[in-house]
Amino acid sequence: MSISRRSLLSTSAGLLLAGFFGTSTRAFASVEDVEKAIADFSGGISPTDSGVLNLTTPEIAENGNSVPVSVFVDSPMSPDSYVESIIILAEDNPHADVITFHFTPASGVASASTRIRLARTQSVMALAKMSDGSIHSARNEIKVTIGGCGG
Amino acid sequence: MKIPKSAAAGDIITIKTLVSHAMESGQRKDLDGEVIPRMIINKFSCEFNGNPVFSCDMHSAVSANPYFEFSARIEEAGTFKMTWVDDNGVVIEAEQDIALR
Repeated sequence: MSISRRSLLSTSAGLLLAGFFGTSTRAFASVEDVEKAIADFSGGISPTDSGVLNLTTPEIAENGNSVPVSVFVDSPMSPDSYVESIIILAEDNPHADVITFHFTPASGVASASTRIRLARTQSVMALAKMSDGSIHSARNEIKVTIGGCGG
Repeated sequence: MKIPKSAAAGDIITIKTLVSHAMESGQRKDLDGEVIPRMIINKFSCEFNGNPVFSCDMHSAVSANPYFEFSARIEEAGTFKMTWVDDNGVVIEAEQDIALR
């Protein structure tokens, strides 16, 4: 078996990278964490990606310490039919849970904005719970230039 | 905190709040390599004349100096009361009146 110079180089580069990231003790949210957070919020009801929930995020966040995030559901806000809550989950943060907004009919409109920390490039998911129990989802990819973990 | 001074009955107004807090995430280490314990505001709520309007539960990934923008439907004159609570149980409160026009 002959080992080409190119493959040798790429292998060693791979090992170097593995060594670099392997020394990090930081743990990121596992798929199970994300699934548990979704299940806790939805009560087991499957979310529908219906376009009802609008999640607005930047495509590229230069500073992961402060990434603007907005959510909005075009829904009536009457005592009979309103948006109860919206959760934001960062799938590749140390903890998936970021924030849960709770609305009431007195909110007038189900809309909220805040700023969040993202450890690295990842998908951010939002789930909205309506007063009839249905769950709507939305998901955006955000490229993070400098992670917001203060490492 | 930014709330309009007055609104007509039925108006939906936008409220913006910003509070100064380091929101220590519990992920950072100090110079000796010890993890700095988490110390964040974990709860925010907005009431109007004693009735809940909007609230949120926060985890460590909310940025320092938490900023919120949300809405409220105004039917009567009254007072908004904002409350922030952190991990140590410290409570920050702010109030502002709004008139009907």
